[in-house]
Amino acid sequence: MAPLGGTMDIKENMEKMYYEALSTYLKDQNEQALYQGQKISRLNIKYNISPEEIISMHKNNLIELYPDLPEKVMDSFDFLLEVMMGYGIAYREHQSLRHQQQELKTEIEIAANVQHTLLETKIPDIKGLEIGAISVPARQMNGDYYHFVQDEYERIGVGIADVIGKGIPAALCMSMIKYAMDSLPEHRHEPNSVLESLNRVVEHNVDPSMFITMFYGLYDPHDKQFSYASAGHEPGFYYDAATGNFSDLDAKGLLLGVDKKTRYRQYEKTVNPGDMIILLSDGVTECRTNDGFIERETLIGFIQKNMHLQAQEIVNNIYKQLEKMQNFQLRDDFTLIILKSNV
Amino acid sequence: MEFQSCVKIINEWDIVAARQLGRNVAKELGFGTIDQARITTAISELARNIYLYAGQGSVSIEKLNINGKSGLKIIAEDQGPGIEDIRRVMEDGYTTSGGLGAGLPGAKRLMDDFDIESIPGEGTKIVATKWLR
Repeated sequence: MAPLGGTMDIKENMEKMYYEALSTYLKDQNEQALYQGQKISRLNIKYNISPEEIISMHKNNLIELYPDLPEKVMDSFDFLLEVMMGYGIAYREHQSLRHQQQELKTEIEIAANVQHTLLETKIPDIKGLEIGAISVPARQMNGDYYHFVQDEYERIGVGIADVIGKGIPAALCMSMIKYAMDSLPEHRHEPNSVLESLNRVVEHNVDPSMFITMFYGLYDPHDKQFSYASAGHEPGFYYDAATGNFSDLDAKGLLLGVDKKTRYRQYEKTVNPGDMIILLSDGVTECRTNDGFIERETLIGFIQKNMHLQAQEIVNNIYKQLEKMQNFQLRDDFTLIILKSNV
Repeated sequence: MEFQSCVKIINEWDIVAARQLGRNVAKELGFGTIDQARITTAISELARNIYLYAGQGSVSIEKLNINGKSGLKIIAEDQGPGIEDIRRVMEDGYTTSGGLGAGLPGAKRLMDDFDIESIPGEGTKIVATKWLR
């Protein structure tokens, strides 16, 4: 808020500007004076001057310029002033709501930072396996989540989850998954048992209208086995270097939070040198362009084009490509993970 | 108390009488046209609330002179249903979204001081003051 003296100066200056512009315009109706009027309008908004004050300013200036105007004309401005009162109130309300919106925005930004710190996960450094991961929220807060853990046998656990929905409710829900994951017993990283435990937590704690899909995989570098299970999650891809084929990483299983007794089936795959495991959220496949959703084949094409790069570069490039295809407007949270075997 | 005048609000025309009373007092005290319009608009809003939600009540206007400062005080009182959640009705966008005019936050902004007391089932009392600068 400007100090009182400052406000008075602004008002006085405004009166002067108004007087000059108005008298010029009334003398000969030129565009330059009207342009001046537009400037005054902007300044009035800047200094929170309400419509009723402008009408009063107009009336005062008019009396000064033309003292002999009929009294009825002058009285009409008092009527106009009364009519504009409602607009003045609406204008002030609008400003206050705008201020509140700004505050909310700041608050959400802080919340997004808190979430970011909360959900942070370290990509493990392991010989023979290159890992790239990217997760970008559609709005400020992310309803996707990915997580890496490495156990005492050097096995790498990778989880990717997606709350149905986006924004703050989805993000709040994700924080719970993170805590549930952290409190899983050290020795229980078998994908099916991880999903079964999380399913019980979600079923117990989350609003029945909220569902979470999740994929969990465990890679053992000693026998090169990748075991995985899925709770209704968007299937990823498996790239077989020997044949050059991409196949869907299919796994059947019910969403988390539907039924607390759900059992998950575990699948196994042997990872050969050059093979790739690609995990994603539906924000990747439901990326909508002008021609509709992108095809999984299109996505495979992008992966093939970037395959020679480092895993992190591959996911970064694909994100950039898809972001551009959607005119830089993500409709859903986007998460893409690539595990690339080097040995 | 040096001066107080009161208008009973029973029908819509009483809102006009309350406005008139407020404008006369505001003029006497030396308020300019803009402040006169602000005071009468606030009176209008408060009187309208009584008329619409309480059925009947009263609006009193008081001249104030405290430590050499003059002011005008509006007291709007009713024995209507009262307000359950004052915080909510004082929120911007709450009444206007229902298309009911400026509402209480609007009236509050037009005045310098604004105080509201309400007991559900017993009634509401709003006291608002504008100081002469």
